[in-house]
Amino acid sequence: MKRKAVIIGGGPAGLAAAVSLKDNGIEDVLILERGSSLGGILTQCIHNGFGLHTFKEELTGPEYAARFIEMAKERNVEALLNTMVVDISHDKVITCMSKDKGIFTIEAESVILAMGCRERPRGALNTPGYRPAGIYSAGTAQRFVNIEGKMPGKEVVILGSGDIGLIMARRMTLEGAKVKAVAEIMPYSGGLKRNIVQCLDDFGIPLKLSTTVVDIKGKDRVESVTLAKVDDKMTPIPGTEEVIPCDTLLLSCGLLPENELSDKMGVKLSPVTGGPIVDESLNTNIPGVFACGNVLHVHDLVDYVSEEATLAGKFAAEYIKEGERPINGPEFKIETGKGVRYTVPVTVHPDRAPELTTVRFRVGNVYKDPEICVYMGDKCVLRRKKQICAPGEMEQVIIKKADLKNLKDGEKIVVCLENVL
Amino acid sequence: MESKTLTCINCPMGCQVTITYEMKDGRINEETMTVTGNTCLRGKTYAISEVTNPVRTVTGTVGLSNRELRVVPVKTKTPVPKDKVPDVAKALADVKVEAPVHIGDVVIKNVCGTGSDIVITDNIE
Amino acid sequence: MDRYDVLIIGAGVTGSSIARELSRYDLKIAVLEKASDVCEGTSKANSGIVHAGFDAKPGTKKALFNVKGSLMMEELSKELDFPYKRNGSLVLCFSKEDEPKLDELLKRGEQNGVKDIRILSHDEVKELEPNVSDEVVSALYAPTGAIVCPFGLTIAMAENAAVNGAEFFLDHEVTDIQKAEEGFLVKAGGDNFISKLIINAAGVCADMIHNMVCEDKISIVARKGEYCLYDKKVGNTVSCTVFKLPGAYGKGVLVTPTVHGNLLVGPTATDVPDKEDVSTTAEGLSKVAEDGGASLVSLPARSVITSFAGLRAHADQGDFIIGESSVPGFFDAAGIESPGLSAAPAIGVYVAGLIKDRLSAKEKDNFIKTRKGIPNMALATVKERQELIKENPLYGRVVCRCELVTEGEIVDSIKRPLGATTLDGIKRRTRAGMGRCQSGFCSPIAVSILARELGVPLKDITKHGKGSEFVDDHK
Repeated sequence: MKRKAVIIGGGPAGLAAAVSLKDNGIEDVLILERGSSLGGILTQCIHNGFGLHTFKEELTGPEYAARFIEMAKERNVEALLNTMVVDISHDKVITCMSKDKGIFTIEAESVILAMGCRERPRGALNTPGYRPAGIYSAGTAQRFVNIEGKMPGKEVVILGSGDIGLIMARRMTLEGAKVKAVAEIMPYSGGLKRNIVQCLDDFGIPLKLSTTVVDIKGKDRVESVTLAKVDDKMTPIPGTEEVIPCDTLLLSCGLLPENELSDKMGVKLSPVTGGPIVDESLNTNIPGVFACGNVLHVHDLVDYVSEEATLAGKFAAEYIKEGERPINGPEFKIETGKGVRYTVPVTVHPDRAPELTTVRFRVGNVYKDPEICVYMGDKCVLRRKKQICAPGEMEQVIIKKADLKNLKDGEKIVVCLENVL
Repeated sequence: MESKTLTCINCPMGCQVTITYEMKDGRINEETMTVTGNTCLRGKTYAISEVTNPVRTVTGTVGLSNRELRVVPVKTKTPVPKDKVPDVAKALADVKVEAPVHIGDVVIKNVCGTGSDIVITDNIE
Repeated sequence: MDRYDVLIIGAGVTGSSIARELSRYDLKIAVLEKASDVCEGTSKANSGIVHAGFDAKPGTKKALFNVKGSLMMEELSKELDFPYKRNGSLVLCFSKEDEPKLDELLKRGEQNGVKDIRILSHDEVKELEPNVSDEVVSALYAPTGAIVCPFGLTIAMAENAAVNGAEFFLDHEVTDIQKAEEGFLVKAGGDNFISKLIINAAGVCADMIHNMVCEDKISIVARKGEYCLYDKKVGNTVSCTVFKLPGAYGKGVLVTPTVHGNLLVGPTATDVPDKEDVSTTAEGLSKVAEDGGASLVSLPARSVITSFAGLRAHADQGDFIIGESSVPGFFDAAGIESPGLSAAPAIGVYVAGLIKDRLSAKEKDNFIKTRKGIPNMALATVKERQELIKENPLYGRVVCRCELVTEGEIVDSIKRPLGATTLDGIKRRTRAGMGRCQSGFCSPIAVSILARELGVPLKDITKHGKGSEFVDDHK
């Protein structure tokens, strides 16, 4: 089977990319989704707060997903559900597996990677202690509570103050559980402000910063966890241990872009984000293979996922219509300066770039009153003051084609923070 | 005069908004009120509403009588007073509906006397 | 009250091997296991190494059964369809002064009958294993060293025993043994059993069982070993199992690929008073990283996907205790620490032989020698996958995406003889949940499949038996 545009993943990124491909004149658009419905992780994110940017109203996750599912339906986007992509080759031959169709392959002209991300498991944290029942990643607990209507426990400690952890603190509380503490190893929370306010403060749930789990007790089911303060090297400080009896430990310790397939097909990945290295067209190192959403880098708001995926769809449509364009003119790398952990995109081609290119990035620490700066060569082309930059929130700058055109061979683009210690 | 510092939740900025105010006839005396720390009007509106009438949208699930291992998500159609949140959550505990259900279907009218309805937020055929 | 010819206490690798070998004979056999599944103790948390046999002191039972068992393992893996790979073993030597110890090990190996064993120079070692530390001076190489899936081995033998008529009683902890007129009266899990003979294969608890019956007491110490398991993407860091010479660098922590392609580093060795203490510790995990790291150019610290601890059953005398005890009819297979996994097939044959002779048992003519494992979609060819899905579409529904395990395989693991009744049981039989996300994605699905297939409510589904339930009934 030969197809024009194949999107791997039917979550928010995949849906927005599909809609965009259709809107940009590509008729043959196929979504491959391993789940039994479209919408991805949004279907279990039943809290509200989605869509303020996209729809100018506050929606819940399933409602936000439904809007895009509706748009995809209106445009006759084809989707194969319960279909697992088991392999993609470098030349874009996709091997799929499903109950109904068995093993089959698709030759794609363009592939959009939209597989999303997964949660960091306990092993990655190397938390000592027993391995009883009652330890869940926050997302697993969220699925039990919000999809299946089952409670994973009654007395809960949450490790990590990522958004899913914060959201689950409120969910478990509203369903009758007692959330005893949220421990965060960093001196600040990785979650959104509104979630700290509405999920913890509203219910009097303590957020313990610079604190981690140093022991888990219980042979069959969790009986207690031991928290301890950590020093600035994140090493537990002896004598600060606090044993909290509980039957459940939820882990919300970060998300990892799910790029096993990308890696297999030869897409180059960033060691910082774990996502593909892309240019201003969201094209990976393989021409015609694009990436968007959380598989590219973990986003804070779904609205930005949709926005990025819409762009990926547009660029993929151009690729399909025009074929692989030779790279005329130079390629410039966007380097990260002080305070900036990574940027997406990583490279730009001034000759091909659209009039405006959005560069998204995250900072590595909490910075008060920073100035976000973009340098092209020696010249500062953008300087913007902010009250605060925090690792939990994605930042963006918009760079102009006109500025890119002024770049001379060998010059660098640098995104950095200034006015910071 | 009373003073409260709140984290504005309207956007990812999370402005620390300080509102200093006095109550007059159950309402804020807008003439003497000061709001600082906000970077847009929404911050001011948020601070005022948080000290006069804080509201929250409650989300949760209700059971599906004709589906195994599946509940359906719901929300309050409009935000409800913050102190009613636990009551609203409890009101959802034993509710069951029958599939198919669709976004916007009303499950409970005027939940806990808040004036807001509980509505379905996902489509289950 | 049921009467048996033989009663085996413990369904770990030793008990299961004995049960399988005994099931060749016309005997009524029961296996009593205190856990909710077979392979729940030492057998589930070890290095998964089939030792070549150069380590044990010549003349000991350890040496005898290690070499014999190791030679049987490959054939057994074909008969019973479990993963086995001959990957070779290396013992690294880091200083000139220590080289005589390496020679000693070589001599020991030769004496024990280990084949093709030899010393490699620094360059030869680096050529064979480029990621081994540059500091290595020389190494002992044993090409017959191998790796095996410890769950695969144990479960395969237990299943085969069950198919051949051995009765397994899970959740049956032995609480009392009395000498009766014609054998023994055993209380376990609220039931009473009468048996002519008893075989004690109770792992770290074998002393408790032995001492219920025998005047000459034995003592088994639980020696904890902590491990870190690494992501498959670093699974090819080494191809051999890499040991260090016992010495200044500490001993015991090995670095090995697993038969499934992960990298495994461990174990530590700490004696613990609690025979159920399988907790990992901060000190233990950092020792694993440190000692394991010393064998390599570098250890990919960020790729740890899980850590765990197991307990070895260390007998005071330092050797296996195998054979009839001072009480006639009561047999021990105790103190089975390393190289117990390698030795298990040979221990099974030996102990079964003793029992056969004692009871003058006849071989059955309907013994089923082979066992077909659960189909493995992850390893199957496209054509095999296609056929499996055609036969049963559930083989097309992926449940565990990290390890590519399908609903068909999970249902199979539940439905087969001695099938899985817990999430851990599914995990050890199919690998669902053993991958890099550590069951975050698949556990809700696996739990609901288990509830459906067993016909019980979700709230009764456990991780590893009563008390380890996952969720409450709610809505």
